[in-house]
Amino acid sequence: MAASSERSPPPFPDSEEPELLEDSDEGADAFTGTSISEMDSPSPDSTKPPKDIFNEPLEDIFSDPLSNINSEPQKKVDTKIPSPSSDEAVDLFSDPLDDDSEVVSSPEVQNPMPDLLNEPVQAPKSDVLGEPPVHKNAARQQDIFEDPPKGSSKSSSVKKAASAELFSDEDEEDLFKELPKVVTKKPQPSGPPVDVFTEVKSDVKVKPQVKDDPTDLFAEEALTAPAPKPSASSSSSRTNGVHSEEHDLFSEATVELSLDSPRNDRKKKDAVKPSVSAPVAPVASSSSKAPSKTLEELEEEESEDTFDLNISVTNPEKVGDGMNAYMAYKVSTQTSLTMFRSKTFTVRRRFSDFLGLYEKLSEKHLQNGYIVPPPPEKSILGMTKVKVGKEDPSSAEFVERRRAALERYLQRVVSHPSLLQDPDVREFLEKEELPRAVSTQALSGAGFLKMLNKATDAVSKMTIKMNEQDVWFDEKIQDVENEEQHMRKLHVMVESLVNHRKELSGNTAVFAKSVAMLGSSEDNTALSRALSQLAEVEDRIEQLHQEQAANDFFTFSELLADYIRLLGAVKGCFDQRMKAWQRWQDAENMLQKKREVEAKLLWANKPDKLQQAKDEIAEWEAKVTQYEREFERISATVRKEVIRFDKEKARDFKRQIIKYLESLLNSQQQLIKYWEAFLPEAKAIA
Amino acid sequence: LLQVRTADSPHPRFDLNNDASLVIDIPDALCERDKVKFTVHTKTTLSSFQKPEYSVQRQHEDFIWLHDTIVETEEYAGLIIPPAPPKPDFEGPREKMHKLGEGESSMTKEEYAKMKQELEKTVQVHEVFLQRLSSHPMFRKDRNFQIFLEYDQDLTVRRKNAKEMFGGFFKNMVKSADEVLISGVKEVDEFFEQEKNFLLDYSSKIKDATAKAEKMTRSHKNVADDYNHISGALNNTAADNNTAFKKHLEKCAEVFEKLRKVEDRMASDQELKLTELLRYYTRDIQAAKDLLYRRARALADYENSNKALDKARLKGKDVAQAEENQKQCLQKFDKLSESGKKELTSFKARRVVAFRKNLIEMTELEIKHAKVRRLKCYVYHYMFIRQCSGILI
Repeated sequence: MAASSERSPPPFPDSEEPELLEDSDEGADAFTGTSISEMDSPSPDSTKPPKDIFNEPLEDIFSDPLSNINSEPQKKVDTKIPSPSSDEAVDLFSDPLDDDSEVVSSPEVQNPMPDLLNEPVQAPKSDVLGEPPVHKNAARQQDIFEDPPKGSSKSSSVKKAASAELFSDEDEEDLFKELPKVVTKKPQPSGPPVDVFTEVKSDVKVKPQVKDDPTDLFAEEALTAPAPKPSASSSSSRTNGVHSEEHDLFSEATVELSLDSPRNDRKKKDAVKPSVSAPVAPVASSSSKAPSKTLEELEEEESEDTFDLNISVTNPEKVGDGMNAYMAYKVSTQTSLTMFRSKTFTVRRRFSDFLGLYEKLSEKHLQNGYIVPPPPEKSILGMTKVKVGKEDPSSAEFVERRRAALERYLQRVVSHPSLLQDPDVREFLEKEELPRAVSTQALSGAGFLKMLNKATDAVSKMTIKMNEQDVWFDEKIQDVENEEQHMRKLHVMVESLVNHRKELSGNTAVFAKSVAMLGSSEDNTALSRALSQLAEVEDRIEQLHQEQAANDFFTFSELLADYIRLLGAVKGCFDQRMKAWQRWQDAENMLQKKREVEAKLLWANKPDKLQQAKDEIAEWEAKVTQYEREFERISATVRKEVIRFDKEKARDFKRQIIKYLESLLNSQQQLIKYWEAFLPEAKAIA
Repeated sequence: LLQVRTADSPHPRFDLNNDASLVIDIPDALCERDKVKFTVHTKTTLSSFQKPEYSVQRQHEDFIWLHDTIVETEEYAGLIIPPAPPKPDFEGPREKMHKLGEGESSMTKEEYAKMKQELEKTVQVHEVFLQRLSSHPMFRKDRNFQIFLEYDQDLTVRRKNAKEMFGGFFKNMVKSADEVLISGVKEVDEFFEQEKNFLLDYSSKIKDATAKAEKMTRSHKNVADDYNHISGALNNTAADNNTAFKKHLEKCAEVFEKLRKVEDRMASDQELKLTELLRYYTRDIQAAKDLLYRRARALADYENSNKALDKARLKGKDVAQAEENQKQCLQKFDKLSESGKKELTSFKARRVVAFRKNLIEMTELEIKHAKVRRLKCYVYHYMFIRQCSGILI
């Protein structure tokens, strides 16, 4: 088989490619431009600093959009239909990207951008006109929207409940609703949609989102707020709260994007803005909770509270000397939650305190089926190195790694609505002096206990043969198992990437030295100079590789390590549920036996003992009912926990991926800078 | 098995300022198992050629034969003989691919791509060898070179047998031993003294740099491979997932797939522009050193002939013969010195030009790749942000 292949034309057509890339550079200008125009737009909050909004939120933020939107309330339902258009937009995005893969080798690089920008403009328009949604998602969409029309005719609270259910089940789906509203309802304040999208062209990066978000927020308000009064916004806080979490999320992401350009600051301002309105929500919501709210909704409500709680673990410090030394960390909390005594407070905690917190929490909550986030493992080796006091990079890396892991651990704990309410958590965050965590004090004590627990768990797991009645659990248990396997594999590969990148960094450094030597031997002055410049560039690139390796590790590898641990905790929940089931089954068997005893007694005609048997039956019947209820409760809790976990996971990954992409972006930016600085040197060789 | 067309080769060509009277290129090559057949295409206006255009098939061994005959030609002793192209090595990548042995079809595609790349590189060095010969005023007139270009049949160059191979090795040993001896000979010419010191120093430095560059490129490829594996693992994870998470995993897998492509591309461009350049000049500097060696050899011969002449004069025997010998040695040495000086000077200019060209090209490619990557990161970053605000799921 003689496969013949033409050598492809030069992979990077010199003439076209740079232009395209230039485009993305121009984005910077375009961005500042649009930001200004946005400020001119009627959204009142954009011109005010975040704090103002916070203090007088009701009039400023909400009144304007509300009056706009309530003038045409009927649109609510209609406008939802075009939501598949957002999906189309998705496709338009991903398709060009596939083409994009050819960027490397095809001269048509310019196409993806214009495509992706022109078509969305048309798509929403045509859909708004009432074209039936023909998308594959259409069916699902319609399902979701079955409720809202109902709601619109009834009171707002009913509708709220309906949408609340949507949130709890199909959290991600509800997000669909936003785009169409953006397109159809906000033409006035944000300019015609065409504008939005043409601007996109000039800045593919972050800008459009900034533009859309305020709109989202207001559109959401409109959906749930029936009255044009400012106070109405409070009744809509439910949905608002959920969304503000979303906003918070990306605002964090955008804030972290730090390319060395001035537009960054502006972006930060913009990004912070939507999230600022969020704190209003929980406060307001307490006054206007609909009585029809289910437990689940209340749970959701609670979770809203969590977003305004920032915890950071900083300043790791060695306390003491020798083998008794330990690391103490500064745990700083910043919150507006009323459950805490003040808005900011700081405590010092040592590693075993974190473990102690976990022990306490898992003791209390594991049996209820809660996923208690596990802390990072003890590392005798790493800690011994630190204790010995060697100031080598590996122990510094260890400390930083642990610090970051502890921070993530605490953030996960407080983001759990039920765990946040736990007095131990509050104590951990607030109390100046914490009693020493006894169970973890001995070096191997906790580990040993845990091992014992695990061993008994494993045994009981083997002996319990649960015939799973619940399809959802049946599938989910399998899914979690699979996912854990996949994550482990993935983790190994990411570790390998980290190692290879470190290797690359090392080899680049060595090469840089070698080139410097070559440069010193070179007798052509210009070439010699260029070579030593090249050595310098390579030296800098080595730094970049090193930083990127750290990013690989901290944003990606550690995330996976966390989730491998967390999936273990999820499995622990499944086990707890199984134990509850077992207890129920055992009680059921016991009841059966007692009944047989009763039958025997009846048959043997021994009325003296009959009463006792009857009592026992009643007792066991009560137990069976209780255990069954307990099983049902734990099943419900676990299910809810797992759903919540999945959501958190998706969000976490998203956030980390964004962060990771930003780190890559940054290093590319640097790389371009270095090489562009080198280019004239190379050209100067003569 | 594998054919490569080089018409629009993306690979560096060493600018040799060919005049149009003799233009040689290798438009394509065919790889069969361990054999590579190069199509050597010649276009000429020189009267020594019968036809204006030729196209013949040559194998690697034919190139080696041509190189050896040139080296053995006494006449060319004063010239830097273009280094012979290294033997194509396809076993390496092929074996490596087998070891990885993941998912047959995708891997064969990978293998194919790597083979192709390897072949392109091989074609390039063979082509450069011929172009170096054709651009040199002496070599272009070489009889064997003309035969190599013209003869439309298989050259059926006898392959070296084991003994000869060993002989070659032995010769090299003797040469390097000689080299030590010769470096002891007192240099009479400042220029050559300097040149000798420079080349010895430079040669060791560039060898080191080449090795380090190779290592660096390999690490780059490892990183690219890791990207590939991560992308695959993410896809696997996504396949078993049916929550909203699936989309993220898939998108993320895409990100890594794209990163892999660029990283791969970057690694191979680095290899072609930088590592190949260093490799080539490692060989070329060896060729220059060989020239110095031949000249030093001639110098030693001349000094010996001087001594012999003195001795003859002392003894009064065979004086004429010794005089004749001494004259010849001096002549040979002078001729070597003269052409050597010219060659080394032009070598220096050539090296600077080649480094300049390659460094510029590499830098431009680095910038280009970094920009592509930046763009991709922007696009994906944007997409994920959009996802966060819920528009894209």
